[in-house]
Amino acid sequence: MERIIFGDNQFFAVNHISDEKSRAQAIKFKDDDAIIKVLDDARAAGINTFMCTTHDRIANICDIIRDNPEKYEGFKIYPCMPYAHKYANAVTELGIVGTLKEYVPGNFFGSLFKGGMAVVSKDFISMMELLIDAEMKMFKGIDTPVIFLQNVITDLLIGLGMKDFLIAFANYIEKKYNAEAGFITMNLPKLLPILEEGGIKNPIICTSINKVNFRMSGGKELYEEILKQGRARIIAMQVLGGGAIPPKEALEYVSNLPNVESILFGASSKQNIQNTVDTIHKFDNKTELIS
Amino acid sequence: MLKVALIGAGKMGISHLSILGAHPEVEVVGVCDTSKIVSDVLEKYSGFECFADYKKMVDKAKPDAVFVAVPTKFHYQMVKDLLNKGIHVFSEKPFCLNPQESKELVEIAKSKRLVNQVGYHNKFVGTFQEVKRLVEAGYIGEIQHFTGEAYGPVVIKKKSDTWRSDPNEGGGCLMDYASHVIDLINDILSPIESCKGAILKSIYSKHVDDAVYALVGIKSGETGVISVNWSDETFRKMSTSLTIIGSKGKIISDANELKVYFKTKEFPEGYSGGWNVKYVTDLTNEVDFYLRGEEYSSQIDYFVKAVQGKVPNNINTFESAWKTDVSISIIKKSS
Repeated sequence: MERIIFGDNQFFAVNHISDEKSRAQAIKFKDDDAIIKVLDDARAAGINTFMCTTHDRIANICDIIRDNPEKYEGFKIYPCMPYAHKYANAVTELGIVGTLKEYVPGNFFGSLFKGGMAVVSKDFISMMELLIDAEMKMFKGIDTPVIFLQNVITDLLIGLGMKDFLIAFANYIEKKYNAEAGFITMNLPKLLPILEEGGIKNPIICTSINKVNFRMSGGKELYEEILKQGRARIIAMQVLGGGAIPPKEALEYVSNLPNVESILFGASSKQNIQNTVDTIHKFDNKTELIS
Repeated sequence: MLKVALIGAGKMGISHLSILGAHPEVEVVGVCDTSKIVSDVLEKYSGFECFADYKKMVDKAKPDAVFVAVPTKFHYQMVKDLLNKGIHVFSEKPFCLNPQESKELVEIAKSKRLVNQVGYHNKFVGTFQEVKRLVEAGYIGEIQHFTGEAYGPVVIKKKSDTWRSDPNEGGGCLMDYASHVIDLINDILSPIESCKGAILKSIYSKHVDDAVYALVGIKSGETGVISVNWSDETFRKMSTSLTIIGSKGKIISDANELKVYFKTKEFPEGYSGGWNVKYVTDLTNEVDFYLRGEEYSSQIDYFVKAVQGKVPNNINTFESAWKTDVSISIIKKSS
């Protein structure tokens, strides 16, 4: 994985500290051209991996990337699925079973009911596989070497003790998409042993890592301890702690941690992107000199 | 280990179940849901024992506490049965369809000395907790006016009917959505006791309100405005906010960001005169397990600790939820 990965929260009005900023972002990125422009700024700064949720609008971005193969040569997308709000809103309206009927493609669910409960009880993993395929459709023809499960699902499954789905996700991603599975989580200390017990060694995990203990469940010290052990390929996210830490200080902390393979960040302006990239490189070079 | 069971594994129920499942001091002893598919998945992959009848579950699993996350119309009977069996109860919001029922449950819980809590999770959000602290300590002076708002994209087209679209089951924007705003005002200022006029508007729904606009009065005498609309697709998710204007300052707060203006030099430590901005990230304590917002984990942890006798059972009690049900009924009557 590349050292720096570009995120997509800013494009979809996801802002953890301000509804006002979130609205300003929704206005700024109303047109796909505005998103593409920022992605091009990121590429110009040397970032060639875009990590994004399977939001409907990403389908348009994928079209543009496919239509310009030369321009986007070497450009990689790390899809993160599912776009949770789509399903959350559907569950409020249709209930859990209604939502599955709505989103599981084809006549799968219909046939389940016809087939009776015996069929139902053994085929939930296949149902998940069909949902993965539906989410992956928009990325056809695009290089997606790592495919992520969003934190709300990863963490829901951890709490429910449904580790079979986490392992099945990894197996299916490898088998069907010839890619590596990644897991986004706010609960690294709980997730890692589950994946290891399921036979996934050195998993790719994207998790909150920041100086102020923001969304690091179990505490920063525990995270630092796990990082030292080098048991996972870590992508640090929310490095700014939701905006609570000055960028330079935030990046210095993360850059100096052992075994953080990549740093994920999002920004809306060319200047911010360039500054962030330069700052990470500066701290990386310092670390190399010392070691 | 505290033995906990869940009734209703829908959207909120599953979220509670996951947080309970990850809680180090909780053992999930049973889940009750009427959907065979949901029970099948939970039994097969989580190993929870599932039931279709909550009474059978209680008799067999013998939980110390039960989470009730079924449609509102079932809350009264289920919670009553649980309390009468001596079980501590966490109920989803809104509490009951009418305040008489809520009041009865308050009395039973009190007389049996059982821990009781309702899922108004905003009370565990750092910004709103800080608003309460600032108001109660008098930093913004005498209250002159308040506005409570909530907007979000729940019903943004004409849709199939569910229990949320049935007024007899506790559906509608007033019960389901505005209740959060009402509960916050009741808690931070004082309970809404009168309504000078209310509009309950249907936008897409056939049988229930999708928006609530009301002029209300609170027990301490002040008046304010409630403006809530769950058919507003310009919001990505629910956004709840409070504006409070006082003689010494003004507060504008949502779940992410608290903005406060102090007119005088009497401001608390960590603040200054004029505008101040605080983010929820500065005001939130980390949780042991994060699923979808610290407040969801915190409210469950608080309930567990209350049952264990480690914290007083005084946030989101049945009594406070009963007062919210009273306020809801007052607004409904004025529409």
